[in-house]
Amino acid sequence: MEVFLQQLINGITLGSIYGLIAIGYTMVFGIIGMVNFAHGDVFMVSAFIALIAFLILTSWLGMTSIALALLIVLVVAMVFTAIVNWMIERLAYRPLRGSFRLAPLISAIGMSIFLMNFVQVSQGPRNKSIPPMIQGDFVLLDRNNFAVTLSFKQLVIWGVTAVLLVAFWYLVAKTRLGRAQRACEQDRKMAALVGVDVDRTISMTFVIAAMLAAVAGTMYLMYYGVVSFADGFVPGVKAFTAAVLGGIGSLPGAVIGGILIGLIETMWSAYFSIDYKDVAAFSVLAITLIFLPQGLFGRPDVEKV
Amino acid sequence: MAPEPLNAVKSRGADLTRALRDAVLTGLLAFVLFLPLIGFQTVTNMRGDLVLNTRWGLLFSIVAVIAGARLAYAVLLAPWLSQRKLRPVAVAPSPWRDFAGKWIIPFAIGFAIVYPFVVVGTVGFGGAVKWIDNFGIQVLIYVMLGWGLNIVVGLAGLLDLGYVAFYAVGAYSYALLAKEFGLSFWILLPLAGILSSFWGILLGFPVLRLRGDYLAIVTLAFGEIIRLVLINWVDLTNGYAGLSGIPRPTFFGIPFNANDDGFAARFGLEFTPVYRTIFLYYLILALAFLTAFVTVRLRRLPVGRAWEALREDEIACRSLGINTTNTKLTAFATGAMFAGFAGSFFAARQGFISPDSFTFLESASIVAIVVLGGMGSQVGVAVAALAMVGGTELMRDLDFLKAIFGPTFDPTQYRMLLFGFAMVLIMVWRPRGLISTREPTVYLKERKTISADLVGQGHG
Repeated sequence: MEVFLQQLINGITLGSIYGLIAIGYTMVFGIIGMVNFAHGDVFMVSAFIALIAFLILTSWLGMTSIALALLIVLVVAMVFTAIVNWMIERLAYRPLRGSFRLAPLISAIGMSIFLMNFVQVSQGPRNKSIPPMIQGDFVLLDRNNFAVTLSFKQLVIWGVTAVLLVAFWYLVAKTRLGRAQRACEQDRKMAALVGVDVDRTISMTFVIAAMLAAVAGTMYLMYYGVVSFADGFVPGVKAFTAAVLGGIGSLPGAVIGGILIGLIETMWSAYFSIDYKDVAAFSVLAITLIFLPQGLFGRPDVEKV
Repeated sequence: MAPEPLNAVKSRGADLTRALRDAVLTGLLAFVLFLPLIGFQTVTNMRGDLVLNTRWGLLFSIVAVIAGARLAYAVLLAPWLSQRKLRPVAVAPSPWRDFAGKWIIPFAIGFAIVYPFVVVGTVGFGGAVKWIDNFGIQVLIYVMLGWGLNIVVGLAGLLDLGYVAFYAVGAYSYALLAKEFGLSFWILLPLAGILSSFWGILLGFPVLRLRGDYLAIVTLAFGEIIRLVLINWVDLTNGYAGLSGIPRPTFFGIPFNANDDGFAARFGLEFTPVYRTIFLYYLILALAFLTAFVTVRLRRLPVGRAWEALREDEIACRSLGINTTNTKLTAFATGAMFAGFAGSFFAARQGFISPDSFTFLESASIVAIVVLGGMGSQVGVAVAALAMVGGTELMRDLDFLKAIFGPTFDPTQYRMLLFGFAMVLIMVWRPRGLISTREPTVYLKERKTISADLVGQGHG
């Protein structure tokens, strides 16, 4: 019971990070129907940007307030990652609209390889680790010599994720941009006819996706304290799994799918085998795509000639 | 940038100002893009702490190069391109092109056959191993893998991102069976192919109803699962440490060693390790030719035609009564079989295999080779493999590059960077790949190649 509770807390934390990345996949798929394979690597790039911003603030400028530093790091990472993703969309995906179906996917795979190797070449192949930013925890339950703890950093992740999801939901549901986005999602041609700037809306979708990925990247760096150039691939695939599990195109689905994947991963590690936790995640991906391609909350895809 | 109206009369000055403004903007954008990751470098210092170095020089040279390229494009290239559009398109193909088209393949095959002797003749036995092994065999392995994957991606239009799994199955089948049961390479080569194609069918079954990107992602998941199992099933595969001491292939029973019954002694030659390398070279060359030959012949069989029909339009295919299940499964199985051959050759050549050789990046580079070559074109795939694998291998030895980039410069480090960049570039510039013309296997009166512009886009 105590182990289960602890794993539940860990799983939800991990799942929030996956959920934030999964929103990026689901939004981009919803609006232009492509699997943005490079999104996991955008997340990794954002973690590196956060790392560099954090080092500048603490070791160069000698900032001592961790909370303030974390806030600045978050904003810096969001801004720079948004510019990176905006540029990627502009260079690698926009020219391909109307090309054959696999072209954007291949381009995105190329972009993913490029980003991963760009970081490897420019920052070196070794793991980058920093001292823990936030320490301390609450002991929720102490029984049978097993203390169930909720650490401060987990609390920060929950809080930031919740605040951002509300802000993001407001953006999609209530603003002009969100309306344009939903219009493009339903019918791009029709949206263009009634005066929605489709290209700009798609660009903004990539910007928002990148910002959420940057939040995930900063949280990942804060939580684990270590990042390497290869860290984009596996979380990227897991977040994609989350998006598919929740029903691709559905925003609440992405978050719930993310938390489910986080829970599956931690529970599998705790009760079965930690070596095979990635196998579990990949199997969930394959099984969902094969047997439940519309996911939990998605609309079934109707094939038209 | 919108193309400028061709008949507009404009002063050169206004154009130049605009070009300059664009260049400055591009430079600024590049500065912002590269500021975090190029401008700063995170390094671990002597005490193990992470500290920052700055690289302003590198950052500003990259920004300057990008801004300069933008300016050169606007001032020089763009006017030339718009001029070229006005010129009438040449109707008659140039005779040189005809000649090259006819003779390039026989010439390439001939060169591949005499290559080891050319190398031995030029650099002698001493340096030959490096050139035949690191360059020749390495390129041919990728050519073969490219041709094998070409069946799945290029002909049947199924994007397979887990191809390296079948390569791994072939390699581990050979390594384990040869080590445990002492079976010879010549028995295990077909066996590895059969086992791989069996896995191809096994993994092909569940993904039959998926299309396009979902299919690609599921094959990726399967590829990763197989690799993770290879890592974690330590009793069988020895995990990360890998398998070593894999028996080397023999010349139909005659081993390549310095003993009295070795290859050199039997044929009255002086012993050098080059003989084995030359033998391996011809082995992989033969396997690659086998792949190409089988593909060429299969394209003329009903199943090959069904693959190509499937690539162009699955729904039309089904309504014409083609059994898409069998068609897809045969494509998976045939592609996997060649990967299995290549895998067992790889294990026999290296004598050591570990899961590190079968990562997703390996799959991605084979996909990149097929995509760059123009999906479906065998010549294109060979050229892409030669350029990407051979090219970076060659750059390693260029001294002037070392003089520019420092003595530790290793171009193979940039290979995947180039692969990724080239994939994006090819998709944007010519999505059908370097060699994008189609040569139909069925024709009415005369045989002619079809430009990619006229071919409907596939929806695999």
